[in-house]
Amino acid sequence: MIPTAFDYRRATSVAEALALLQEGGPEAKLLAGGHSLIPMMKQRLAEPGLLIDIGGLDELRGIEEQDDGDIAIGAAMTHAEIAASELLRAQAPIVAETAAAIGDAQVRNRGTIGGSLAHADPGADLPAVMVALDATIAILGPNGDRQVAAEDFFQDILTVDLEEGEIVTGVCFAPCRSAAYAKLEQRASKFALVGVAAALTLDGGSCSSARVAVTGASSHAQRLGGVEDALAGASLPDGAASAAAGAGDGLEFVNEDLHGSEGYRRAMTAVFARRAIEAAAGRG
Amino acid sequence: MTTVDGPVLPKLIGERVKRREDPRLIQGQATYVDDIKLPGMLHLAFKRSDIAHGIIQSIDTSAAEAMEGVELVITGAELAEHLGPMPIGTPFPAPDHYSVATDRVRYVGEPVAVVVAEDRYLARDAADAIEVEYEELPAVVDPEAAMEPGSTTLHEGFERNIAVESYWGGTGVNPETAQPEDDSAVDAAFAEADVVVTQRMLNQRLAPNAMEPRGVVAHYEPGREYLTVWSATQNPHILRTLVAALMGLGEHQVRAVAPEVGGGFGCKINIYGEEYAAAALSRLVKAPVKWIEDRTEAFLTTTHGRDLLGYIDLAAKSDGTITGLKARIIADIGAYEVLLTAMIPTLTGLMMNGVYRLPVVRHELTEVFTNKTPTDAYRGAGRPEGLYFLERAVDMLARELDMDPGEIRRKNFVPADEFPFATQGGLVYDSGNYEPCLDKALEVADWQGLLAERDAARAEGRIVGVGLAFYVEVCGLGPSAVVPTGGWEHSGVTVERGGKVTATTGASPHGQGNETTFAQMLADHFSIPLEDITILHGDTSVVKQGIGTFGSRSQAVGGAALISAAGKAGDKMKQFAAALMTDQEVSPEDLVFEDGRIQVEGAPEVSKTFAEVADFAYVPVPLPPGMEPGISEEAFFEPENNTYPFGCHISMVEMDRETGETKLLKLIAVDDCGNVINPLIVEGQVHGGLAQGIGQAMFEEVVYDEDGQPVTASFMDYVMPRAADLPTFELDRTVTTTPINPLGAKGVGEAGTIGSTPCVVNAAVDALSPFGVTHIEMPLRPERVWRLIQENGGQS
Ligand SMILES: Cc1cc2nc3c(=O)[nH]c(=O)nc-3n(C[C@H](O)[C@H](O)[C@H](O)COP(=O)(O)OP(=O)(O)OC[C@H]3O[C@@H](n4cnc5c(N)ncnc54)[C@H](O)[C@@H]3O)c2cc1C
Repeated sequence: MIPTAFDYRRATSVAEALALLQEGGPEAKLLAGGHSLIPMMKQRLAEPGLLIDIGGLDELRGIEEQDDGDIAIGAAMTHAEIAASELLRAQAPIVAETAAAIGDAQVRNRGTIGGSLAHADPGADLPAVMVALDATIAILGPNGDRQVAAEDFFQDILTVDLEEGEIVTGVCFAPCRSAAYAKLEQRASKFALVGVAAALTLDGGSCSSARVAVTGASSHAQRLGGVEDALAGASLPDGAASAAAGAGDGLEFVNEDLHGSEGYRRAMTAVFARRAIEAAAGRG
Repeated sequence: MTTVDGPVLPKLIGERVKRREDPRLIQGQATYVDDIKLPGMLHLAFKRSDIAHGIIQSIDTSAAEAMEGVELVITGAELAEHLGPMPIGTPFPAPDHYSVATDRVRYVGEPVAVVVAEDRYLARDAADAIEVEYEELPAVVDPEAAMEPGSTTLHEGFERNIAVESYWGGTGVNPETAQPEDDSAVDAAFAEADVVVTQRMLNQRLAPNAMEPRGVVAHYEPGREYLTVWSATQNPHILRTLVAALMGLGEHQVRAVAPEVGGGFGCKINIYGEEYAAAALSRLVKAPVKWIEDRTEAFLTTTHGRDLLGYIDLAAKSDGTITGLKARIIADIGAYEVLLTAMIPTLTGLMMNGVYRLPVVRHELTEVFTNKTPTDAYRGAGRPEGLYFLERAVDMLARELDMDPGEIRRKNFVPADEFPFATQGGLVYDSGNYEPCLDKALEVADWQGLLAERDAARAEGRIVGVGLAFYVEVCGLGPSAVVPTGGWEHSGVTVERGGKVTATTGASPHGQGNETTFAQMLADHFSIPLEDITILHGDTSVVKQGIGTFGSRSQAVGGAALISAAGKAGDKMKQFAAALMTDQEVSPEDLVFEDGRIQVEGAPEVSKTFAEVADFAYVPVPLPPGMEPGISEEAFFEPENNTYPFGCHISMVEMDRETGETKLLKLIAVDDCGNVINPLIVEGQVHGGLAQGIGQAMFEEVVYDEDGQPVTASFMDYVMPRAADLPTFELDRTVTTTPINPLGAKGVGEAGTIGSTPCVVNAAVDALSPFGVTHIEMPLRPERVWRLIQENGGQS
């Protein structure tokens, strides 16, 4: 519960943060809300020599509708701010609701979307939502900026497509009302034991296409291709159960611990896939 | 009646007076151990074992010693030259246990070396720099396997890891030898029974999790040969006794202080290795030293609670009359015996008589060492385990006989006219009146309505159950015959100049609210305002003697001592008052305290103010014949028995068929703790107790893997109950006073944890009974519930 010694710098701009990252090399770590990094430092599972605080940077803030109608969220927006966003509640309620269901009030007041996505805890909620919404992650690095599709960004446990020296600046996705997230909470941490996000394209009572992603059950947020296929053309909500039935079967690797065995998590993947689909369909 | 000026003071006993402690606590104005900063103070960090079992081969401290600002690095073997093995407070045989391990480690977290450094961070870095090599030994994790012949043993001389062998209790047991003489009556009862229920049940291991972790500051002043120890403890006087003994000092050379203590729940009764080590190291480095436990250390090294496996059999007639109980209990006590370790599970068997008239009981207890954190008291300490086993078994019996859970209990209650009642366990229940309590609980809960609600929910396909449990517990520990430290309590009452009152108590509150309740008692006793009274506690240099706060004893024993001291001080006040009123020919016996005055009963005009009399007591001119100046009295109170509060808890749960998640819908608690000084505080104690009891039923468990590695060593894995997990509790009470103390108060600190746990599990089993389930282990993990549902094809 006592971290090793470290230096602390508060960046005043993204450019400065990038420069400090360059300077600091592998010893340097970005600090956003600190609610994943600091617990790891206290356990001495992470021992960075330099923390570069990007928490309050204006350039990383904001939830805005862009000219093309897409919604962009700055990396430093906290879960609480996202949960309270009128824009999101109207245009992509899944995002606001998911943020509202993260941890507890303290966690939501400090933790940021950029931190959550960059850290990629296997039980984090927002990664699945971003994959389901086909969001784009915006990244800035020493060699300029690049965009990565969420489903390519999450690669493995705590592993994402982010090079040393790069910063996640935000996410961007098309508005989507008929999307919902359902999770089974790990009762101590409130992370997802299993969480499923479903984003549907509805055509009357049936689903023309769907993107469905799972978190918690496996090493990282990923699409449930079988469920997506089964949903294409399915009538909803009646068809939700059969589309979701095999959701867990296709997962190659399933986490297992005190809170949920592999078998349980597989079974719960189907349950929460169905719940997410039903909730999404209910939004019409 | 003539009146005099001045306010009329309302009686405060029985009133919902807000806790006087709270403003400072919630405004951050309280002083905890970590707030104590002394000039030149150094900081300790403990190097701890990261394996469960192994022989220490070497410890390399050179890198740590080389760090600038590190004063001293000392291994367990080196420290043992200054500090012998730690004392325990039970009469059972125990292996040597050093503050810091000397040659072998027996649980993850056991200290092997200590760093003394300029600051806490440096100390921790230096501890990390210590290299320890172990020869690993197999970890002993399962207590039943640990008892098999040929298992790896933790301690030499304790074959098959048995710490306490076959401790017997119940019918036909010789109380002297605790060995069965002729308990054939038990076998006969089971042979003749119409029905027998049999169940193996685990009362799982829990982490007490006080909000404030442990901590200690020790300051040995060589010039004065005097040691002061500040510690987050429940019992500074016991700390003083034990630390003095281990340091080779007299009690006159040690002052122990429990400043503000942020919860204990039993885990701060024990005097720990870190406390002894801090005292010894302060003497060694000639500077004050501080150690503050972090949360990881709290999970690993603060004593755990419970962890009892019970093999329970209950015999009965077909009409529900219970005819016999057998309980074979295996206590997994962890790696060592600390202060009360071995005693706690003995309370389980003692209390397994419950509220029933049981003709015969056989109780057999074996305590076993394993490579886990040592266990000791945890809120309820032995009673929740026993009452859980019993109340689960009685519930199984009701289900087997298709009887109402309330009615089967009523049928077996000890009748009100049989108190004091001698149990099969050898206890004597002071007083009890169980039926009105059951009736009130059934009424408050609307039991029939609940059943109808449950049935309606089931008809809709929901999984809903109701549960009931009736407990009795033992409070007010003493007497001295059963508490190795002494079972009395001490109090002092000083009437100051100006008529203000300072009182001391050897009870050492850490959340119990005694600064409020004790002041209420004195306010009524002297008829003075609450604000005129200060209650001091937790400092052996201020509180002359004391035992401490545990076993729900502060009101029943500490409160009785307070009233006794107040009585003496009051008598002296009256004598001084009478001396001031000689012209009116008043004798002390005629005087009463009324609204800030001391007056002739019924004649307020013949009076002196409390303040006038107090002032006179300190400048008594002329000194009344035969009297000493001043008013400062003290008293010890030795209870002749314990008190036995009881209560009935009822709950309703619902389970999610698809996920196995359990939701607690209702919790009704009707408790009888005798006379109540402050209902607000009693309810607060019940609320907290319920949360912890429900926590055990639904959420909490310390889990080790097969290598003895703890897998629940943080709040990310150890599931604590949260406010949102709990319904609004519905509380009520009945009042059955105790003859054991002049207050008629029994104690309530642990009640909530005792009734609620079996009550919630009984409701869970009721909910799952349509699936053929007759028992479920705690905690109610979703997957565990889900599997039981799945095993029945998911259909009820
Ligand atoms: C008790 C508790 C409960 C929680 N419960 C949940 C839950 O239910 N669901 C859930 O999803 N999460 C949960 N979390 C995690 C929480 O959401 C974290 O806040 C989040 O995962 C990390 O965000 P942060 O801003 O705190 O990141 P930090 O801890 O500051 O950083 C995390 C990592 O990301 C890096 N990083 C941060 N920002 C950027 C950036 N812009 N670009 C590149 N790298 C960056 C950091 O260098 C670090 O490696 C919980 C956390 C706690 C402590």
